[in-house]
Amino acid sequence: MSSLALTHARFQLVETVRIPIAIFGSAFFPAAAMLAFVVPFAGGDPVAATYATVSMITFSVMTTNLFQYGVGVSEDRAQPWDPYVRTLPTGPLARFSGRVLAGLVLMVLSLIPVIVIAALFTEATLSGEQFLLTASVTVLISIPFTLMGLAIGYSLPQKAAIVVAQVLFFPLAFLGGLMTAPGAAPGIVEDLAPYLPTGGAARLMWAAAGDYPLEPLSILALIGWTATLAGFATWAYRRDEGRRFS
Amino acid sequence: MILARAAEVSRRYGDTLALDRVSLDVAAGELVGLLGPNGAGKSTLVNLLTGLRRPSSGRVELCGGDPRRPASRRTLGVTPQETGLPASLRVGEVVDFVRAHYADPISRDELLDRFGLTDLVRRQTGGLSGGQKRRVAVALAFAGRPEIVFLDEPTTGLDVEARHALWEAVRAFHADGGTVVLTSHYLEEIEALARRVVVIGGGRVLADDTVEAVRGLVAVRRVSLTTTAPLPELAGLVGVEHDGGRTHLLTGDADGLVRELVTREVPFTDLEVRPTSLEEAFLSLTRTPIAA
Repeated sequence: MSSLALTHARFQLVETVRIPIAIFGSAFFPAAAMLAFVVPFAGGDPVAATYATVSMITFSVMTTNLFQYGVGVSEDRAQPWDPYVRTLPTGPLARFSGRVLAGLVLMVLSLIPVIVIAALFTEATLSGEQFLLTASVTVLISIPFTLMGLAIGYSLPQKAAIVVAQVLFFPLAFLGGLMTAPGAAPGIVEDLAPYLPTGGAARLMWAAAGDYPLEPLSILALIGWTATLAGFATWAYRRDEGRRFS
Repeated sequence: MILARAAEVSRRYGDTLALDRVSLDVAAGELVGLLGPNGAGKSTLVNLLTGLRRPSSGRVELCGGDPRRPASRRTLGVTPQETGLPASLRVGEVVDFVRAHYADPISRDELLDRFGLTDLVRRQTGGLSGGQKRRVAVALAFAGRPEIVFLDEPTTGLDVEARHALWEAVRAFHADGGTVVLTSHYLEEIEALARRVVVIGGGRVLADDTVEAVRGLVAVRRVSLTTTAPLPELAGLVGVEHDGGRTHLLTGDADGLVRELVTREVPFTDLEVRPTSLEEAFLSLTRTPIAA
């Protein structure tokens, strides 16, 4: 069973790697934003550069998951290959876990340029301990965005999924305070951000990588978002199964 | 041993009744053709038996269990009606992916060789022609050494040569004891492969018989004539249609019918004998109850 999940993950990755622009796309924006904004404006200050870098990582985690699941799942649902795979002697779990595994790998790939740029061109710095902590938190905060992507992918047809993912990602990033230094965003963003999934995730990341204080309310809000999105994703998955396979 | 069974199965899509209390048993080692026009319910029946859909009422069984349970599908192979292969994967990779789901799959090279696909092993499926894709899709059904395969219009889009090669592969599988359920809307294809034919139309089983018997039922000819006199009782009529001044007689034996018209001195003009399409034959079958 678990080896079958690996098989599904492997072929999913092979499919993605054959169209490398897909990986390039998800890695491009955070890397470009690093070079355009973080390096010239915050690169010289170790604290500011570190915060800005983890903000970019949060941004990248959100966009890769939102797009690869939101758009990828709805694309797959439209292909006749999908019902064929359901006639093979395995349940939906292998395909599902294979997809999530492949998604994690692609997410890590899209983060590498951000980390390399931060290490080479900015004063951003982390202790080994902080690095491990930040890496773990990165995996943790990918959960709500994975669920958000799955909810979109399973509930919407392909064209609608692309639009919704595109419409969501920018306001979520801006209102979550990912575009600004901690505490430096416009008033409304500072008030709203802790309760958005992006803002909550960024605050956790800042706390892991720096001295940013943990905000219990913001963490609760993030847990709330995760639960809500999990419910929505499950509902969409079941509804899709029911509609096509009842 | 019954490998696939539908018992009083109905399936609705919204207001449409795609299958209406269909019962069908497929025993191990059989090669059954499901024949019917487009929209007759063949694919719906295949989707129910392969676990893709649940019946609205009635019961389906595959290899003794619910086809929606993965364990029931361990010895199942399927070629769906629509070919969809992951475009960026190579033929060999798609075969390996499918093989990975079975306990004792056939080797990749042997499978490709059997279906004449060896040259395509390194090609990405997105670059294949429609016929090549179709052959890959059919080959995949055999990757897991299945006991039973469902081939839904397997030769759609194939040229004559490829079609015959594929028939050979299906025959070889059947000769080794394999069970095949094949759908088609070509009588020719069913005749070439199957011994038993199940005719489906309007969501119901219209006939379930040998190829010979069903050929008699569906090889209907249309004898058209103009006459003013009322027609006597004629033997072998499947249906009668009136269209303006013309009378159309549907029959399996046009020669016999014409002979009878002449010997009974029916005054007719403008006699015309035409073969009917399979669709027309089905229409006449759906109108007249057939004792199967």
